[in-house]
Amino acid sequence: MSDPTRHFVGKETKFLEEGVYGENFIVTSVDRILSWARLSSIWPMTFGLACCAIEMMATAASRYDLDRFGAGVMRPSPRQTDLMIVAGTVTLKMADRIKRLYDQMPEPKYVLSMGSCATSGGPYWQHGYHVLKGVDLIVPVDVYVTGCPPRPEALIDGVLKIQDKIRKESVIKRKLQERSNV
Amino acid sequence: MNVHDKYGPLTLWEKFYLAPILAGLWLTSKHFFRNLGRHILRAVGIKSRAMGAVTIQYPEFLRPLFPRLRTMHRLTRREDGTPRCVACMMCETVCPAKCIYILADEKLENPQIEKMLHSFDIDLGLCIFCGYCVEACPEDAIRMDTGILELSNVSRNGMVLDMETMLNLKPDGSRYAQYDKNGDIISNAYIQQPKKS
Repeated sequence: MSDPTRHFVGKETKFLEEGVYGENFIVTSVDRILSWARLSSIWPMTFGLACCAIEMMATAASRYDLDRFGAGVMRPSPRQTDLMIVAGTVTLKMADRIKRLYDQMPEPKYVLSMGSCATSGGPYWQHGYHVLKGVDLIVPVDVYVTGCPPRPEALIDGVLKIQDKIRKESVIKRKLQERSNV
Repeated sequence: MNVHDKYGPLTLWEKFYLAPILAGLWLTSKHFFRNLGRHILRAVGIKSRAMGAVTIQYPEFLRPLFPRLRTMHRLTRREDGTPRCVACMMCETVCPAKCIYILADEKLENPQIEKMLHSFDIDLGLCIFCGYCVEACPEDAIRMDTGILELSNVSRNGMVLDMETMLNLKPDGSRYAQYDKNGDIISNAYIQQPKKS
């Protein structure tokens, strides 16, 4: 413990450092509150490219309401969103724009690939010379929802899986580990 | 003709915009209290024709499905438990997305049925759920009536259905709408899921 930075970190956060990071109840409670706040208000950027866009609109409409899960505020601008729902066939011309808009999204960001075409090219995987065979070739995808088009229940299930993924993430614990590793 | 010439400049009261704001709030609160009243009456037990909001509270409530809906695939069995499929490759040939992969084996026990399955994989990430495989099968070996709509996964490889999974799926009648013997639908109500502990 001769490193002065480590000593400084130990002095400041001593009451949080008991045992392994994460066993302390304050850290885990704050992490759970932060994760709950983040997963209850996912703002999607809807990338409605083809027929899956209609089912996405149907999911956001009144019969299967996406706003019940907090994901009803569909922003058209990538700077204000944290989930990108790629809904529809991704052509090679559009792939350039998808990568550009994904880069413009602020962290933490997630991608949900909706439909067979966005997951793996769909029925165009064999002969489609204009189709990108799966959007995960250009952006990292968190959840794939398959179907042609996936029913609103399936899309809501995919959004719930993204919520499960966010619930497992921890902000405070990771920051403490990063600071102690410096 | 310019619209500003027709209607003239706005008065101070119109520029203040208070009256349209209040009109909008009145409309919203009217719908809100109407829905609230109707939901409360329904919860108490007074059923009437007037409905509140039409939202289906998925996943606690489910919409009843209809018999021809094409959901996740399943393979059927004969009475003695062996799969019906004879690996004729009709479904693999007719599939528009080419998502079925079949390997055949020789069936030595029964010389009347020559082939059986070695492996049967459907890549759900490619499938377009058209139902051609169900129509093309001469043995009624594959059906799409499991009622499973939730087809989401965290990886592309996790969406490949293999033979074991498909043979063990059962047709789930609980999610489908019920009909009586005349063919009329019994109830159109939303199916309530049991409470998860």
